[in-house]
Amino acid sequence: MKRSPRDTESSMKKVTRRGAVLGGLQLGVAGLLGWRMRQMQVEQADAFRLLAEENRINMRLIAPARGLIFDRNGIPLAENAQNYRVVIVREDAGDVDAVIAKLQQLIYLDPVEIERARKEIMRRSPFVPVTLTDQRSWEDIATVAVNAPALPGITPDVGLTRNYPLQEDYAHVVGYVGPVSDYDLSRIDDDDPLLQIPKFQIGKTGVEQKYERDLRGKAGARRIEVNAAGRVMRELGRDEGISGADIQLTVESRLQNFVEARLALGLSASAVVMDTRNGDLLAVGNAPSFDPNKFVRGISVSDYGDLTNNKYRPLSNKAVQGAYPPGSTFKMMVTMAALDAGMLSAGETFYCGGYHELGNRRFHCWKRGGHGWVDLDKSLQQSCDVYYYELAQRVGIDKIAETARRFGLGERFDLPMSAVSPGVMPDKQWLRERYDQSWRVGDSLNASIGQGYVLSTPLQLAVMTARLASGTKIEPRLVKSIDGVEQEVRGAEPLGFATEHLRLVRNGMNSVTNSRRGTAYGSRIEPDNMRMAGKTGTSQVRSVVVRNQDVPWEERDHALFVGYAPVDNPGLAVSVVVEHGGGGSSAAAPIARDIMLFALYGEMPPLEGYPSSQRGRMETLLSELPLRDDFRPSDRRGRA
Amino acid sequence: MSYLEYNVKTVPTGPSKILYLNWPLLLLLVTVASVGFLMLYSVAGGSLQPWAEPQMKRFALGVFAMFVIAMVPIWFWRNMAGLAYGVSLALLLAVEFFGETGMGAQRWINLGFMRLQPSELTKITLIMILAAYYDWLDIRKTSRPLWVIIPLILIALPTYLVLRQPDLGTSILLVTGGGIVMFLAGVSWWYFIAVIGAGVGTVAAVFSSRGTDWQLLKDYQYRRIDTFLDPSTDPLGAGYHITQSKIALGSGGWTGRGFMQGTQSRLNFLPEKHTDFIFTTLAEEFGFVGAFSLLSLYVLVVFFCVVSAIRNRDRFGSLLTLGVGATFFLFFAVNMAMVMGLAPVVGVPLPLVSYGGSAMLVLMVGFGLAQSAHVHRPRGR
Repeated sequence: MKRSPRDTESSMKKVTRRGAVLGGLQLGVAGLLGWRMRQMQVEQADAFRLLAEENRINMRLIAPARGLIFDRNGIPLAENAQNYRVVIVREDAGDVDAVIAKLQQLIYLDPVEIERARKEIMRRSPFVPVTLTDQRSWEDIATVAVNAPALPGITPDVGLTRNYPLQEDYAHVVGYVGPVSDYDLSRIDDDDPLLQIPKFQIGKTGVEQKYERDLRGKAGARRIEVNAAGRVMRELGRDEGISGADIQLTVESRLQNFVEARLALGLSASAVVMDTRNGDLLAVGNAPSFDPNKFVRGISVSDYGDLTNNKYRPLSNKAVQGAYPPGSTFKMMVTMAALDAGMLSAGETFYCGGYHELGNRRFHCWKRGGHGWVDLDKSLQQSCDVYYYELAQRVGIDKIAETARRFGLGERFDLPMSAVSPGVMPDKQWLRERYDQSWRVGDSLNASIGQGYVLSTPLQLAVMTARLASGTKIEPRLVKSIDGVEQEVRGAEPLGFATEHLRLVRNGMNSVTNSRRGTAYGSRIEPDNMRMAGKTGTSQVRSVVVRNQDVPWEERDHALFVGYAPVDNPGLAVSVVVEHGGGGSSAAAPIARDIMLFALYGEMPPLEGYPSSQRGRMETLLSELPLRDDFRPSDRRGRA
Repeated sequence: MSYLEYNVKTVPTGPSKILYLNWPLLLLLVTVASVGFLMLYSVAGGSLQPWAEPQMKRFALGVFAMFVIAMVPIWFWRNMAGLAYGVSLALLLAVEFFGETGMGAQRWINLGFMRLQPSELTKITLIMILAAYYDWLDIRKTSRPLWVIIPLILIALPTYLVLRQPDLGTSILLVTGGGIVMFLAGVSWWYFIAVIGAGVGTVAAVFSSRGTDWQLLKDYQYRRIDTFLDPSTDPLGAGYHITQSKIALGSGGWTGRGFMQGTQSRLNFLPEKHTDFIFTTLAEEFGFVGAFSLLSLYVLVVFFCVVSAIRNRDRFGSLLTLGVGATFFLFFAVNMAMVMGLAPVVGVPLPLVSYGGSAMLVLMVGFGLAQSAHVHRPRGR
């Protein structure tokens, strides 16, 4: 068809005009796009860059090496052992089941462990290494390494895990670590990111728990680049963190080992050995004990059941947790109270006819026939109860309690062990507040022989004895240094009692062990320069006196002994409590004497330390003690 | 003005035609495609495989096709317009029944040597038929309702078939591209004002119909709109694409992280990094400078089309050139707006850069037509 040239002309004009409009519109849209680019890439670039980095960069924590714990001679009590593991990476393994089956032909694998691992392998991303088995021997690891070509995806690996080389010896003092639990997280106020690491080990009891922050150290970090699936592409940077601080304790491992072995003969017993000059706790022993390494690895239900159902309570740190009636070991406190109050002179005597009458009640002496006329020295030597009934009635409980507290009874010592007990040092106010009762004279009489409401821990008894021996306010100390920084010795100032009064009591304690009629004469130390002074105690669990052999173990008396040595120049104090052990002189004193001798000699005591009549028996007893092989007498390492 | 009226003697003939090609336009296209090769090489981690090399081969094929088409006189192509449109409609119907499904949509027809997306082909054939229609139509009838309905039907037929696939991105491109040709042909402004008003109404209808029995779009289309409006609601789910895309793009900064240093695409945070989202990789690695340069190249391509069209007194050639330029513009504008969070994610590739055969071939065919129009334009008086 034909169109006039004018039409063509006008139609072309229209296309041109509309084309220009369209071009303008397109330019406008392009301008908008350019503006948006500028806005995102120039103005908001920093914000987007940050988001991109967050996408890309992950921080992986590096757990620092936990601080080590040593005894006073540098013997490791807690160390970081290499934990040999076998890990598997699914994507490298291909057929996981076939690879595991092949591995099973080489080393033993626990079926339960394998089932757990298999589930984890399937749950995790294919590139995440999963632990198949750990705590393997070096031989197993070597076997796996040698056969590596036949085991795709399997790698032997090594990590660090806590190990307690002395096993049972320090279960209660050093404590143990375990994987952090939700309960731990809710209980402790700690935002350390390390705690978020699954199965991160933290201190659960003892020094491990109390010095957790020092021992843990500071987390390091790896900055890693990950892709969208979370696979690690490369490491961008690394900060190794700071290892935990090493802690040196005051304890002496050979002594501790001896104490543990010796106490084990007493079924359920505990002992504390303390340096009277600086308060260093040289040994804090408990029997029976347990192997803390089991808790590190995750204790089996049956093993844990055995520990909790055991009537001798192996998990309990009786030396600081156990609160026992101190029995006659408390008599020094009554004596000091009476002397300090000026209500007793050294030569004053009382008549013991086997009982003391208060109103129409009779308070018996342990010796039915009575001790006859008794002075201070004899009262301690033979542990006459009537003498103390008289003193208590005269002095009153408040003065006795005040005196005892100055010696550390009823005090909760700040030591890094779990559940340190304050015991009970009662007075009138305490009874009113605690039981809403008023104190009666009879209560004072009971208290005077360490019965009734009075409760003390072996630690408190050791402190009491050390303070008696030194005349100073010496404080117990368990930590010698942290990260090389020596911890202060506290309590070097005098106790504030007259020297003469202390001397009278010490003389009485000397008579207990070193005079022929003393209750612990049989447990004396022979060499003159090492002689021990002490005091026995037998605290009743039940009120009716029956011969101990005839009642069940739970109802027998507790046997106690406190002592210090050498008499002339006291350096060591010891306390021993044998739960339901019977008499203090027969059950506790011999143990205390053996411990003291070992502590004085710094090694297995020679038989010369014992009275000649006992040497044959002692030789057998000492040689049969279940000591650690590396601490046997032939080994001259350590403090000797 | 039809080809019979041309002063045919002024139109170049024989091999010398090649000298009359719109060489700046061709050069621009080669430059843009090269940027694409570079980016495909980069997202493959510094490798020609699996994307860059096939893309080069396809581009070479496209350039060859462009040359062939450019050498054929434009009046031949005008006569072919109806046939081409018919064939593309037939192919769209064919994929409806024999098509292969990919990404939840029926889009491909397997020709053995390549997988053809008829919807891509339709973008050019629709421009062709509309340009031919307005070339034929008496200019005074342009705005008369009857003569407006015919092109609307021409647009609606393929759009309906493409929507059924369902391919929202291509549908939008078809409607907009067709509308632009109608606008250029001189259809009255009032129609466009009415259509835009109706469009707003449709949007309202689309949203109000959601969740009812007669809802107009598929659920995934609604979700895409949702995440477009607020990507932060679902950063790891449906909003993941757009969030990650914006992060990568924005983190490029002024000059970018450097070639092959784009961490977001390298670490697979970017989805579809070799196809629809390739622009984010470029923006991350070359920054604002690189992204703006590519945008400028695209604008220049459109500019050369517009200049060529305005200087062309052949109505068909002029409309066709502007239509091809507009289609090209819509490709990159929608894609860029999409990855920059200005438009919903609708699946439109970045022209000549994104990996993919059909779109590139179809665009090169389109530019071949534009070149033919340029070469065979009427000259002199």
